[in-house]
Amino acid sequence: MYRYDHYDQAMVDARVAEFRDQTRRRIEGHMNDDQFKPLRLKNGLYLQLHAYMLRVAIPYGTLDSRQMRKLAHIARTYDRGYGHFTTRQNIQYNWIKLEEAPDILAELATVEMHAIQTSGESIRNISADQYAGAAADEIMDPRPWAEMLRQMTTFHPEFSYLPRKFKIAVIAAAEDRAALRWHDFALRIVRNPAGEQGFEVFAGGGMGRTPFIAYRIREFLPAAQIFSYLQAVLRVWNLHARRDNIHKQRMKILVHDLGEAEFTRQVEEQFAQFLMLKTDFPQAEYDRIAAYFTPPPFESGLADEVDRADPDFALWVDRQTVAHKAPGYAIVNISLKPIGGIPGDISAEQMELVADLAERYSFDELRASHAQNLVLPHVRKQDLYAVWQALDAAGLGGVNLDLVTDIIACPGLDYCSLANARSIPLAQKIAERFADLDRQLEVGEVKIKISGCINACGHHHAGHIGILGVDRKGTENYQLLLGGSGAEDTSQAKIAGPGFDENGVVDAVERAIERYRAIRSDGERFIDTFRRVGFEPFKEAIYG
Amino acid sequence: MKILTGNDLKTGAVVWWDGSGWSLHVEEAADAGEHADVILATETAACRVNGGYIIDGMRDGDGKVRPAHIKDRIRALGPTVRPDLTLKPADPAAGSWVI
Repeated sequence: MYRYDHYDQAMVDARVAEFRDQTRRRIEGHMNDDQFKPLRLKNGLYLQLHAYMLRVAIPYGTLDSRQMRKLAHIARTYDRGYGHFTTRQNIQYNWIKLEEAPDILAELATVEMHAIQTSGESIRNISADQYAGAAADEIMDPRPWAEMLRQMTTFHPEFSYLPRKFKIAVIAAAEDRAALRWHDFALRIVRNPAGEQGFEVFAGGGMGRTPFIAYRIREFLPAAQIFSYLQAVLRVWNLHARRDNIHKQRMKILVHDLGEAEFTRQVEEQFAQFLMLKTDFPQAEYDRIAAYFTPPPFESGLADEVDRADPDFALWVDRQTVAHKAPGYAIVNISLKPIGGIPGDISAEQMELVADLAERYSFDELRASHAQNLVLPHVRKQDLYAVWQALDAAGLGGVNLDLVTDIIACPGLDYCSLANARSIPLAQKIAERFADLDRQLEVGEVKIKISGCINACGHHHAGHIGILGVDRKGTENYQLLLGGSGAEDTSQAKIAGPGFDENGVVDAVERAIERYRAIRSDGERFIDTFRRVGFEPFKEAIYG
Repeated sequence: MKILTGNDLKTGAVVWWDGSGWSLHVEEAADAGEHADVILATETAACRVNGGYIIDGMRDGDGKVRPAHIKDRIRALGPTVRPDLTLKPADPAAGSWVI
């Protein structure tokens, strides 16, 4: 994985010192909150319902054990013993003290981490396939490109005061595990018929108040021209963005106002000019960064078979592990969705255990997924039993990847100052309703995604079943949506009908799933059946 | 009644105006009445509260001050999903008035 050079470390250290001084001046009363707020947000520090919240960037979701142990140390020393993995592959701490925030950033800097650009009108943490570098179906590891883009865009003056936040994702497989087309700008690494590497480019996606699925604006962009192209996209947005209206500032609004053809035409026009400026990176720089992502030294000749004598272990292997590109290895998904637990939450002790496992069994690598789970990307199959035993003993042996209890949920009104309704209790109740594993397996893949407000941090627009919490005259109310997807079959969920109270929406989810079981054809997932039959059979089940 | 709330500048803890200062406990909140705006402006300017605002409050059957809106009721005690992290972790019934 990438390691900071002298310049990276110097920049991050300088930022810590700067924020320490800004914090001191705020505490001493030399700045008011209006002056300080944009400065703390540039360092990922929010003020939430109960305390300050610090959002720490995990670039493209990749961590090593040293970093995970530092996250555990921060949870234990500065927070209340836990952290929360988010839908942007970041981690959040909910109980931070302002006076200690600079110390936390200094601790993060010692392990090459920071909270820069995890908030504000900037290019946010660049996300990627959590199986990058390990997936059997990828054409290459997409992380060198994600790292290139991170370096090109961090602290770039033209991108420091964007009209609104800007989210980028990069993948290199046909299967989309990063919700590509729900991003402002997204890249799928492909090869053209001549075998040259390049990008399929998408732009204008996003969730929130006004959801849009990104258009594909380039079928093939030569890889070496990516920075010119990204600058062209951002230039067009910067030129036309509705800075006068906060609800219309995201690039998705501009893209869809102009239309696919006109937006693309303007981007291509700018792109031609940027190409003449020759701001793209030299091949040597790509090679330098790509070298950090050289595959680990996989052993050859390993057995591919797994001893399935223990039936609980066999269940876990079947559900939580995924094909690896190297024979004899597997990708391990660690569920952060225990029945009745809080999606994405993990204790300091669990973080340390996962760090130990990564160090011992996964070439010291870990990943965070946008679905709020963790991944050990490179585990020898012969080590799976030991890994499972250790995870299970720590409450991390859950079997539910992509099942009905693998629910994405934002922090909601339990933590978030923007939320209108709680998300976590709903996730807990749905998980408890479907706790029986046999039933979950029989139902199969159903992706439930819950947001506590229209900002959609819980990705409800992309849920096979989405739930949106709203405030109805001071009480929590939940809208049920059906038919969304964040995968390669991207689609936007639509509202099924009138909303429910908390218990009512749990019942409605169950009725929808039972209707699916009753009418599905062989091999159909929930979303497949929904697409085949449409809303009506489900509405009838839900509303009677 | 009008009550004032915000966060402590250094710790971020939720605080309530009690008539002379800021308390962690909503039960101690004072009715700021028509002076709410002036009190809030003064306290904000003196950096004694961060992100302060005025909300509607009420008294429950026991005469205790409670925020009218669910968001501030959750702020007053802590996350409903982690009773161990609320202001009254030892009292399982402490949150019965929140939702």
